[in-house]
Amino acid sequence: MGMPSAASFAGGLFTGFFEWFGSLGIFSWQVLKAGLTPPYEGREFLRQLDEVGSKSLPLVALAGAAIGVVISLEARYSLSRFGAKSMFPATLVYSVIQVMGPIITGLVVSGRVGAGIGAELASMKVTEQIDAIEASAINPYRFLAATRILACILMLPLLTLAADACGLLTGWFAQALVEPLSFHQFVESGFHGATFNSFLPPTFKTTVYGLIIGLIACFQGMRTSGGAAGVGRAATNSVVLASLFLILADVVLVKFILVVFP
Amino acid sequence: MATTYDNAVKQVNLREDRAAPVVVESVRKTFGRHTVLNGISMGVGRGETLAVLGRSGTGKSVLLRLIIGLEKPDSGSVRIDGQDIADMTLDQLGAIRKKMGLLFQHAALYDSLTVGENVAFPLRHHRGEMSKSERADCVDQLLAEVGMEGNVEKMPSDISGGMQKRVGLARALALEPEILLLDEPTAGLDPISSAEINQLILKLQHERQMASVVVTHNLHSAKTIANRLAILDEGNVVIEGTFADLQHSEIEFVKEFLKQS
Repeated sequence: MGMPSAASFAGGLFTGFFEWFGSLGIFSWQVLKAGLTPPYEGREFLRQLDEVGSKSLPLVALAGAAIGVVISLEARYSLSRFGAKSMFPATLVYSVIQVMGPIITGLVVSGRVGAGIGAELASMKVTEQIDAIEASAINPYRFLAATRILACILMLPLLTLAADACGLLTGWFAQALVEPLSFHQFVESGFHGATFNSFLPPTFKTTVYGLIIGLIACFQGMRTSGGAAGVGRAATNSVVLASLFLILADVVLVKFILVVFP
Repeated sequence: MATTYDNAVKQVNLREDRAAPVVVESVRKTFGRHTVLNGISMGVGRGETLAVLGRSGTGKSVLLRLIIGLEKPDSGSVRIDGQDIADMTLDQLGAIRKKMGLLFQHAALYDSLTVGENVAFPLRHHRGEMSKSERADCVDQLLAEVGMEGNVEKMPSDISGGMQKRVGLARALALEPEILLLDEPTAGLDPISSAEINQLILKLQHERQMASVVVTHNLHSAKTIANRLAILDEGNVVIEGTFADLQHSEIEFVKEFLKQS
């Protein structure tokens, strides 16, 4: 009796998985088509740049600052054990800029912006506001989705730079409290031998994070049904799925960067 | 004389409704296993108001959504000014939709925008040649037309359901549509507000001569504002005609519907 229900459950998951991806693919195509054809929604796009970018900045900066302190404390302890304290500045710089800064920024923005977009569009969907936009002869894929996704793509690298800057500043400060280390010394030592290839690719990989966050949040929001419960599910799913795909994408992107920018 | 469904189809053909602004022909729509519309046909001419009545869940709102292209029929055609919209893309539909205005059952106002911004929304997108002051004047005029002057800065959450419907109507009229679709315009309103909305619709129709389709389960409203009435049941048009035609009908369902209304 248990076997058929386990099989049908697995079958349901399997088809649901492909159905979701199929729908996401169709949605992505609709958004791409709409986003590349005029009339462009410049005013709405600028509004979204503000929503995604400037309103996320304080949170991202705080997260970056916290990460800088954490890495500073952990790195000092580990490096001291191996007699490699002189490597501290480089360790902090490379850890923040290449690894922690991008992923922490992505996860924080996924939580704030992903949930916000998912909930906003889901609420609009269940109250027929998206239908009203469409009935007013305005393409909702262009007006709602393309503007938000493009804003996420453009803002993530900038927010990452902000997080990196705060992380390095607080990381240096945490170290300087324990052992005298001038900021000039820290920067010179930390960036010694670094090239653009060391730092630009990890920062610009966050454009992919922005695409993931914007696309999944808009997709989840615009296909919502089920009233208030549906809005809650859309917000939650936007964050969970965006965060998951972001982390998986990071695995692929890190390898890609190591191969293309050795 | 009262007409059955078959006769209504013939009447659509005979009345040159193929040239009418709105023609629905043999439209079928199902959701899963549930057939909502079972091959219905109707037409609405310029200056005419058709009220579509029926029990809840008989596909009245689905019919409006088909006419404005928010749903696609499984078979049949929906023609707006002679163009079949069933297979149009979103951007192609855009050109057609500029001729239409839709008042949603719950108004569907954009809750992050003020009343004035809601009404200005279609103007901002489709009347780019208007200056800011021209657009503001137009919004004031539209709101005055629906009795909502002086409420430009209010948010949708600050006004009552009846007032939201009026604002929704103003927004639907912003692009001077030739076709007006109204989904339960008096649903949830008190009798006084309902009467005011009915009179408003009559006044607008008299002034603008649009082809209007009103979906309602309120027979009194339908009698007041419509030239013709159609009753849907189980996906079919049971009868279509004037109110007098309905009153003289021998169809049992129609008699029961009138008796209970």
